[in-house]
Amino acid sequence: MTDISAVDHRSQPGSISTIGLVSEASVSDYLALMKPRVMSLVVFTAWVGLAVAPVHVHPVIAFTALLCIAVGAGAAGALNMWVDADIDALMTRTAKRPIPRGRVTPGEALAFGMTLATGSVAVLGLLVSWLAAAMLGFTIFFYIVVYSMWLKRTTPQNIVIGGAAGAFPPVIGWMAATGGIGIEPLLMFLIVFFWTPPHFWALSLLRAEDYARARVPMLPVVAGPAETRRQILLYSIVLLPIGAAPWLAGYVDAVYGAVALLAGGVMTALAWRLKVAADGERGARLARRLFAFSILYLFVLFAVLLIEGGLLGRAAA
Amino acid sequence: MDEKPERIVLTEEQKRKQRALSIAIAITLGVLVILFYIVTLVKGPGVLNQP
Repeated sequence: MTDISAVDHRSQPGSISTIGLVSEASVSDYLALMKPRVMSLVVFTAWVGLAVAPVHVHPVIAFTALLCIAVGAGAAGALNMWVDADIDALMTRTAKRPIPRGRVTPGEALAFGMTLATGSVAVLGLLVSWLAAAMLGFTIFFYIVVYSMWLKRTTPQNIVIGGAAGAFPPVIGWMAATGGIGIEPLLMFLIVFFWTPPHFWALSLLRAEDYARARVPMLPVVAGPAETRRQILLYSIVLLPIGAAPWLAGYVDAVYGAVALLAGGVMTALAWRLKVAADGERGARLARRLFAFSILYLFVLFAVLLIEGGLLGRAAA
Repeated sequence: MDEKPERIVLTEEQKRKQRALSIAIAITLGVLVILFYIVTLVKGPGVLNQP
């Protein structure tokens, strides 16, 4: 008799139950672990970082770099779900993720994430750039260890500092193209870095009860909704000139500057309306609106950067 | 000693999922091989040279 004979619920004579012994996960569960929606934003900003670099990159090499960055982002998503499994199970927004649902075990998520992380960094280093690979590895480390394991559970400034992880992809894209660093990718880093707090706090205003139940010290839980709305407004005001910085620094022309100032103005106006709004349904509606607009804001700014700095810039060169 | 050793018998659903995972892993490895092949063609002898 073997150890596993102790498992009951035999399905056939001479056989044992497979409960806990055989993975019940499907391919779609593993894809869900990779957080495809977050991955798409990461790939987009990395693509812009790669495209605006002042060097010609062969399309195959560019594709390889973006594929590695996408897989690295997926690895970070899977590892984040491994770290946050206890929190996810308590929150309505995340309770249906593969681990809380019991579709993927924490061990499987860890193995999957580590395999993808190692593979994406190694392939990016071997085929594209070791500097970009090192940055990708550091980004995954920062997101998992610094943000997920440490900051998220200890400070209401978690997403301010942790937001750096989401701001690194355009820098990685630039490094993949040039093998170095420049001012332009740092400006893109700053845009995403200062965009993250108003974006995420608008969402967390709507999910404050969830975060409180899971004992995650998000700003609305610790400091209250009024202070959160004040901080959202402050960051939106700071974001306005930073969003226009690539134009102010002379890297792109006035079209980008106009779009950045207009979009930043709308975002600041929405943040102001949220600031003066009372709690309740109106405040929730304005928070939802700001959250949705913030996604559009980042997409539009990077799309114009891509067109002006990447596509048109290359055609003019 | 004629007792047969115990064994795991998968349900049809588990077999289907295991097969799908195996195919996904095979496709991933295949894509990786093709990627290395194409990048080698593009970069030539200095395939591991960095910018």
